Amino acid sequence: MSRIHVETTINGEPAEFLCSGEDTLLTALRDTLSLTGTKEGCSTGDCGACSVLLDGRLVPGCLVLAAEVEGRTVTTVEGIADRDSLHPVQQAFLNQAALQCGICTPGFMVAAKALLDANPDPTEQEARYWLAGNLCRCTGYDKIIRAVLDAAADMRKATA
Amino acid sequence: MSARQFTHIGTRPVRHDGADKVTGRANFGADFALPGMLHGAVLRSPHGHARILSIDTSTAAALPGVKAIVTGRDFPKTDSKVWLGGEGALDLGDMGDNLMARDKVLYDGHAVAAVAATSLAVAREALTHITVVYETLEPAMSLARALADDAPILHTDLKTSGQPAPESGGPTNVAARMELSRGDVEQALADADVVVEGEFQTPMVHQGYIEPHACVARHGTDGRVVVWCPTQGPFLVRDACAGILGIDAATIRVIPSEIGGGFGGKIPVYLEPVAIVLSQKSGRPVKIVMDRDEVFRATGPTSGSRVVMQLGAMRDGRLVAAKASMWYEAGAYPGSPSGAAAMCALACYTIPNFFIESFDVVVNKPKVAAYRAPGSPMSTFATESLVDEVARRLERDPIDLRLQNAVSEGDQAPYGPKYGPIGLKAILDAVREHPHWTAPLGTHQGRGVACGFWFNAGMNSSATVALDTDGSATVVTGNPDIGGTRVAQAMMVSEELGIPVERVRPVVADTDTAGYTDLTAGSRTCYATGMAIINAAQDVKEQLRLRAAKVWDVEPDQVAWEDGHVRSLVEGDERPPLTLNELAATLAKTGGPVVGSASVNARMAGPAFAANICDIDVDLETGRSTVVRYTAIQDAGKAVHPSFVEGQMQGGAAQGIGWALNEAYLYDDDGRLQNPGFLDYRMPVASDLPMIDTVIVEVANPSHPYGVRGVGEVPIVPPLAAVANAVRGATGVRFTELPMSPPRVLAGIESLESA
Ligand code: FES
Ligand code: FES
Repeated sequence: MSRIHVETTINGEPAEFLCSGEDTLLTALRDTLSLTGTKEGCSTGDCGACSVLLDGRLVPGCLVLAAEVEGRTVTTVEGIADRDSLHPVQQAFLNQAALQCGICTPGFMVAAKALLDANPDPTEQEARYWLAGNLCRCTGYDKIIRAVLDAAADMRKATA
Repeated sequence: MSARQFTHIGTRPVRHDGADKVTGRANFGADFALPGMLHGAVLRSPHGHARILSIDTSTAAALPGVKAIVTGRDFPKTDSKVWLGGEGALDLGDMGDNLMARDKVLYDGHAVAAVAATSLAVAREALTHITVVYETLEPAMSLARALADDAPILHTDLKTSGQPAPESGGPTNVAARMELSRGDVEQALADADVVVEGEFQTPMVHQGYIEPHACVARHGTDGRVVVWCPTQGPFLVRDACAGILGIDAATIRVIPSEIGGGFGGKIPVYLEPVAIVLSQKSGRPVKIVMDRDEVFRATGPTSGSRVVMQLGAMRDGRLVAAKASMWYEAGAYPGSPSGAAAMCALACYTIPNFFIESFDVVVNKPKVAAYRAPGSPMSTFATESLVDEVARRLERDPIDLRLQNAVSEGDQAPYGPKYGPIGLKAILDAVREHPHWTAPLGTHQGRGVACGFWFNAGMNSSATVALDTDGSATVVTGNPDIGGTRVAQAMMVSEELGIPVERVRPVVADTDTAGYTDLTAGSRTCYATGMAIINAAQDVKEQLRLRAAKVWDVEPDQVAWEDGHVRSLVEGDERPPLTLNELAATLAKTGGPVVGSASVNARMAGPAFAANICDIDVDLETGRSTVVRYTAIQDAGKAVHPSFVEGQMQGGAAQGIGWALNEAYLYDDDGRLQNPGFLDYRMPVASDLPMIDTVIVEVANPSHPYGVRGVGEVPIVPPLAAVANAVRGATGVRFTELPMSPPRVLAGIESLESA
């Protein structure tokens, strides 16, 4: 089977891998590159557990072909925190107990970071609609939304 | 019970596994891999009901990269069972047949063969080369069809079990019948001033955990088996694999991964025995991960149900009679929660006369698994809808009416025992006092309230607490952490030993490492495993006290713990008390390391009650119902970590709202599931819900040293009726069939208008 050679940037580092034409970005991340932080809940674009940023844009990794990331930049949950400190949204999730089982959490981290990058002062409603592509079955979303709004406030304070 | 002052219990520290889970480091079921591992895939029946005439795997076996193939023939028939404490038994014969069909397929998605190959692509390709010849049979896709005189029969040898023993007739799909009664229900209904009645139906729904089932199994040449998997019960996986495969449980080690949700659905085994046999045949480790379609078609759901109920009341509001018949879909094998449903239906009220019968009915759908307070939400949907109707008929405030009839300490539960201290009345008081209850409603909005009950489980748990010389401690249990139990367990150790919670390391151990521990289920982890932890920590304290006596060279009874220190009680003894840190630092000199251990066999658990208030806005043009405000109130006995208790309440409410408004298994007439994906099986997303307010009531549970009650299950009991009662308020229509999806609500409104 012929393989495609892909050169890309993942979490700020140059990366390369081989994939088949059918492999999704999610498969390449998890199975080829062992970046298992990105989760698979459905593989049909309906749960958001596989959320990643592609050139800064929020996409489900299960609906992107691995070969499509040639020459582009990918950010996964593993690339959200600094070396020394968690991203404010990660810290807010811990403080608010906004995760129970935690399987949806990586997707929420990436989606929430994308939200806060795009809109530093979201309303509750805006946060709810932005995150509507991320399923969580455990929390009822209350603490997740509170954590995201807390993180937004923290980040605004830090840059004020 | 005197109110104990707590230092750590009731606070909200960050969970120990939190950083791993927000950074993607935590390893869940599908994240594990072994060198040389093969990938497995499962071939599943496209038919709802069919006889397997033949399976030809020869072409698939010849495919390069295919290393092993199994069918039902590779799994011995067994009549063994696994006992779940007082919760009944899991039939391993059925579980084995469920995970690989032998003679018949009994639902769309029933496994018929599995392949292990060098890549997932090859394994999936191989499935397409397996030829199964079926003789299709009519499927029983509804309770009505399964109960009809000419019903298609799933199991020709099935006999109805139950008390009193039912007539043993011919072939049947009724696996069990039970009844509960008290007083003279017919007379009481005849004497009642008001009798309301209804027929309530709920569809099969799925737990909807986001993590699909997954496992890696390695069958070693030495006969030893290791299984890595996300499960609510590693010991149950071990014992179920042993029973199903006829191998010695002592040779199986189950290592639980992090678990991405379960809600009861990750109690049964589906993949593990298959992966073990594939590994045995191929000599390589085998990984199998379900896709979402398989999760919906072949795992988990809870029963569809039909409940016919009559409720009688006097003009003064007393509920005097209840009569109910309920039928629960078991799926393909016996074992719906119909018995629990009957026991829960009236558990909130003191009703002197009742008769309830319930039936466990097999249908051609996946075998149901536990789902949060199994059975209670559906029967409670009927009861709480009718209590609401009684309040309307008598023009009574629905809280007042419920308070008037609510059970309290000393009342006899409909299922037998007398209640100890319970929180229902305190909960209803909290509902009445909550600002939500009296807030104004908008046009086309309605408000509903409903209560709910769940038993909670005790069962068996073990724990060890090891003290380090630096005064830190490790606590080891066998309960996978599905929603913050690690931190709760560490807090209990902190409470007992007086050390900071960050200095306690909670460990979820595997079956070779932890003492036997029952499931993370039944709302039992914080309660029963918590008791084992508290006892183990107290064991550590006692050993330290004896060490101090030794150091001081005084009689053991002359030494005691006071305010976090060990003191000498010898009169005139001026030696300063010893702290835990000081005692820990000298362990090597005073007799070596200190490890405390304990196990419990908790027969009793304090029952849980809850109530919900729901405000609904109904769009009269489209029939779409939107929850605009929601409040959950629950008795937690004592909330160990209130944030995680609130999280259980909010999560259960959201699941119940989904059940009430949107979720349903949809089958065609041939028995094929029409919506095995998240797009068409519509669970609530963030934009569907408001904030979910919570009030934790604390009526101490006397069977736990801190007063803790299990909290995980009862939250899903009130929502179905709370939502339906709100929709009734908004539209004037009493919906008795779920889900209250827009077309159904619209039809209801239109029929009311044309009436
Ligand atoms: S796995 Fe990609 S959206 Fe669910
Ligand atoms: S925390 Fe379990 S799915 Fe979100």
